[in-house]
Amino acid sequence: MSESMVQVTNVTKIYERGTQQVEVLHGLTLQIPRGDFVALMGPSGSGKTTLLNLIGGLDQPTSGEVWVGGSRIDRMPSGQLAAWRARNVGFVFQFYNLIPVLTAEGNVELPLLLTKLSAAQRRKNAAVALQVVGLADRAGHKPSELSGGQEQRVAIARALVSDPQILVCDEPTGDLDRKTADDILGLLQVLNRDHGKTIVMVTHDPKAAEFARRTLHLEKGQLLEQSAA
Amino acid sequence: MTKTGFVIANLFRKRTRTILTLLSVTMAFLLFGLLQSVNYLFSAGADALGATRLMTQARVSFTQSLPLSMVPKLESVPGVARVAYSQWFGGIWQDNTPVFVFSVDPARYHDVYPEYVMPEAQWREFARTRTAMVAGRQIADKYGWKVGQHIPISSNIYPQKNGSKAWAFDLVGIFDGKDEDWKKRTNQVLINHDYFDEANQFVKGRTNFYILRLTDADKAQSVIRTVDAMFENSLDETKTQTEKEFNLSFVKQLGDIGLIVRWILFAVFFTLLLVVGNTMAQSVRERIPELAVLKTLGFSDGAVLGFVIAEAFALCALGGLVGLVLASLAGAALEKGTGGQFALHLSGWVWLLGLITIVLMSLAVGLLPGLRAQRLRIVDALAGR
Ligand SMILES: Nc1ncnc2c1ncn2[C@@H]1O[C@H](COP(=O)(O)OP(=O)(O)OP(=O)(O)O)[C@@H](O)[C@H]1O
Ligand SMILES: [Mg+2]
Repeated sequence: MSESMVQVTNVTKIYERGTQQVEVLHGLTLQIPRGDFVALMGPSGSGKTTLLNLIGGLDQPTSGEVWVGGSRIDRMPSGQLAAWRARNVGFVFQFYNLIPVLTAEGNVELPLLLTKLSAAQRRKNAAVALQVVGLADRAGHKPSELSGGQEQRVAIARALVSDPQILVCDEPTGDLDRKTADDILGLLQVLNRDHGKTIVMVTHDPKAAEFARRTLHLEKGQLLEQSAA
Repeated sequence: MTKTGFVIANLFRKRTRTILTLLSVTMAFLLFGLLQSVNYLFSAGADALGATRLMTQARVSFTQSLPLSMVPKLESVPGVARVAYSQWFGGIWQDNTPVFVFSVDPARYHDVYPEYVMPEAQWREFARTRTAMVAGRQIADKYGWKVGQHIPISSNIYPQKNGSKAWAFDLVGIFDGKDEDWKKRTNQVLINHDYFDEANQFVKGRTNFYILRLTDADKAQSVIRTVDAMFENSLDETKTQTEKEFNLSFVKQLGDIGLIVRWILFAVFFTLLLVVGNTMAQSVRERIPELAVLKTLGFSDGAVLGFVIAEAFALCALGGLVGLVLASLAGAALEKGTGGQFALHLSGWVWLLGLITIVLMSLAVGLLPGLRAQRLRIVDALAGR
């Protein structure tokens, strides 16, 4: 855990709303070691999603540096950044964001269309990922035929399938009941412990945060003290 | 799953809407195929290349007749091998079924149309018997005519000398076409011109048109020029054209076919652009978050644009190809129905134009929504902004 997976240095993020400027992150610095599982908590509007998007390479900071997995991504051109995301990051969202016209298997296979893998190899990798999340028997189901927990497992399988170094999860259990949420969090724990994935997870739920190795608190765009889980 | 599979899956996300849109595309291309074929048929007429027979009629209209004294003059034109003539009789079978009846010189007609086959004995019988008629296989079968029958056919134009419009002829032969193509053109009846000329009340020594059989196909242009020049400024000015042009000249009188076709197609495709464009725009609008997910997963802006254009193309190509195939089937049916008079099969040229239209239309309807998808910012789209 010595090597740094995420290094955010002196990052500022300013959104422009018409003529108004909103500064969401103010010179934020953060370091996450490889293999860590971090919960990111904080009041609504404190900038959690903003920070997560910067780490995942979905957005870029107004100033400061963002290094993830050894690459500097804060100034990467968008085409390069897209290719980088495909190789290095898995995303899990609160509302699963599956493609409704594709089956579970199709959804999981989708990111592999960006690789050079053969059709047979793609299908095999998708099947393995669905197995890891315990949904091998639902491969042919459309998202509308799955429960919320199952949909989120498919989403996690999709995030895993290209074997990224880091998973970023924005309130992955925000829409699930306690029992289902605990299952999903348990799954994330397994992925972190047994598969060595570094995980950054935004959550509002202190119980969810307990599954992480440590919790960071964000308030008004600034990190508070760190507490070990 | 493949990229193509993904595009198709997206296309059928709203099944009813897609099917309705596909139907409009299909209808438009069906119309396109048929009308362009018609247009092509009419515009291609001017090509005299390869014509082995020419038709000469009065310059003003083929309803005006020409004197039979022209025969030797026509025969003297270099490149003309044989001359036949044919007079429109205006036949009516039974109460009021119009039939194609032409009065001809049997021997000349036989020489000029070797494509029609009938036993030589029957050709001779046709020439010998004044009241003879011969019928094409199709029309004979249709009305159940048998050789040896005395067949009443009246004329709505020419009364006999006694004033009666009722005529009757002895069926002495039934001719057929030498191949499939010509078998379809056996829907007419021929009668003996000598008899018609003598027995009718109105015309004497005249005919509606001449049929010139050429010595070589490459003589067509020069024969057309020589013949029409020969009778220029005479009482009987002529218009000579290829058989194909001649057949089309009937319909050409309806107006500028090309212009009509262009306007109809313009209206149809303008409407189609709106319909398909709207479908594409809606389809992209309602899945902005999904497109953002694609980008999140690492698909580039260009790839997302590509997906949308590919979807537009799939829509246009699927509907368009079905439409063009239907048009060629309908064209074939029409060709069969008219006894080969209108060879309305889709030429390679119409297919090519159709395919180009499909590609252009895909771009026209896919580009705007595609660019919107391309420009989409992930974080905004995911947050529903
Ligand atoms: N694209 C944007 N344009 C303008 N303002 C934005 C944009 N994205 C976020 N904001 C603003 O930045 C602030 C932080 O937003 P962010 O989504 O990071 O908060 P959050 O901590 O994830 O909140 P929540 O817990 O509600 O998800 C909010 O005030 C939000 O309105
Ligand atoms: Mg948030």
